[in-house]
Amino acid sequence: MEVRTLAQHPMETGYRLDSNGSPLPRDLIRRLEVDFDGERVLAASLHAAIAANPYVAFSFVLPRTGTLTVRWVGDNAYAHSESLRIVAT
Amino acid sequence: MKARCAAPWLLTAALAGWAAQAQPDTRRSGLVTMSPATQALQRDDSQNPAFLWLQSGRQRFEADCARCHTGDSLRGAATRYPAWDTALQQPLSLSARINQCQQRYVKAAPLAAESDDLLGLELVVAFASRGLPITPEPGAAMDAVRAQGRRLYTQRMGQLDLSCAQCHDTLPGRRLGGSVIPQGHPTGYPIYRLEWQALGSLKRRLRGCMTGVRAEPFAAHSAELTALESYLMQRAAGMLLETPAVRP
Repeated sequence: MEVRTLAQHPMETGYRLDSNGSPLPRDLIRRLEVDFDGERVLAASLHAAIAANPYVAFSFVLPRTGTLTVRWVGDNAYAHSESLRIVAT
Repeated sequence: MKARCAAPWLLTAALAGWAAQAQPDTRRSGLVTMSPATQALQRDDSQNPAFLWLQSGRQRFEADCARCHTGDSLRGAATRYPAWDTALQQPLSLSARINQCQQRYVKAAPLAAESDDLLGLELVVAFASRGLPITPEPGAAMDAVRAQGRRLYTQRMGQLDLSCAQCHDTLPGRRLGGSVIPQGHPTGYPIYRLEWQALGSLKRRLRGCMTGVRAEPFAAHSAELTALESYLMQRAAGMLLETPAVRP
């Protein structure tokens, strides 16, 4: 099955300057982790070249009915997770 | 005798109808000139980043607006804006109407222009009209506003001394640098623009274009921008709303 994830996040690189010329502090999602019933399905490190509001899609084979948990972790203590129960038929 | 008189009339009407059909509508949404990748982003709701704003907008809508409005009761509303406000005796764009509602009924401070809160609410209302034809509000008051908008549309401005019409009426389909010039129909606002990496309003787009020709942009809530917006909606009358659109 295909899983699509979309997170609202500015993904500020840390390399840009604001209109006054002072650097904008880095604010990135650093890590995306996906678990299925506690078992790691996918982990990714995100870097500065990834656009704002990152969209990540991946395929995996659903072994059984269970809960998929997606976790985004980033700078400035950003942490967000979403869980979805998926029923195998 | 009466029946005889009626006959030529019918014939004329039929000919006029035929002539109207023979003239194909050449207006196109900017969607069709975009790259296939960007089109895919708009066509698949689960990929379209604007849906993040729709989600947060719906939460705010439930909290502030759901006492009076349901999503269904607003179906078609966005196709009529900008519309005349009889109390204020001026035209209001959709975002200005939402802010009026905030002040009059929610008794809250108006939301800041281009803030995520205001864009989210505007998106909720416009999304309720997705797939409906743009039907500008008739009436002499709005006609005067649209006439002013048309004057602004055809007026040269900025250091580059260009009017909107020079690009969007006479050169659509050609290129400005690497970008295809669209016909400029506001069918999908508020849009998620890849260049902004965010949701933005038609006003922001117009101001961006004015900066592009090195003119001083009209203020965000100026009568001029609302007039331009009114004319553009008239120009796109009958085209289908595709909110939330994605644009490069």
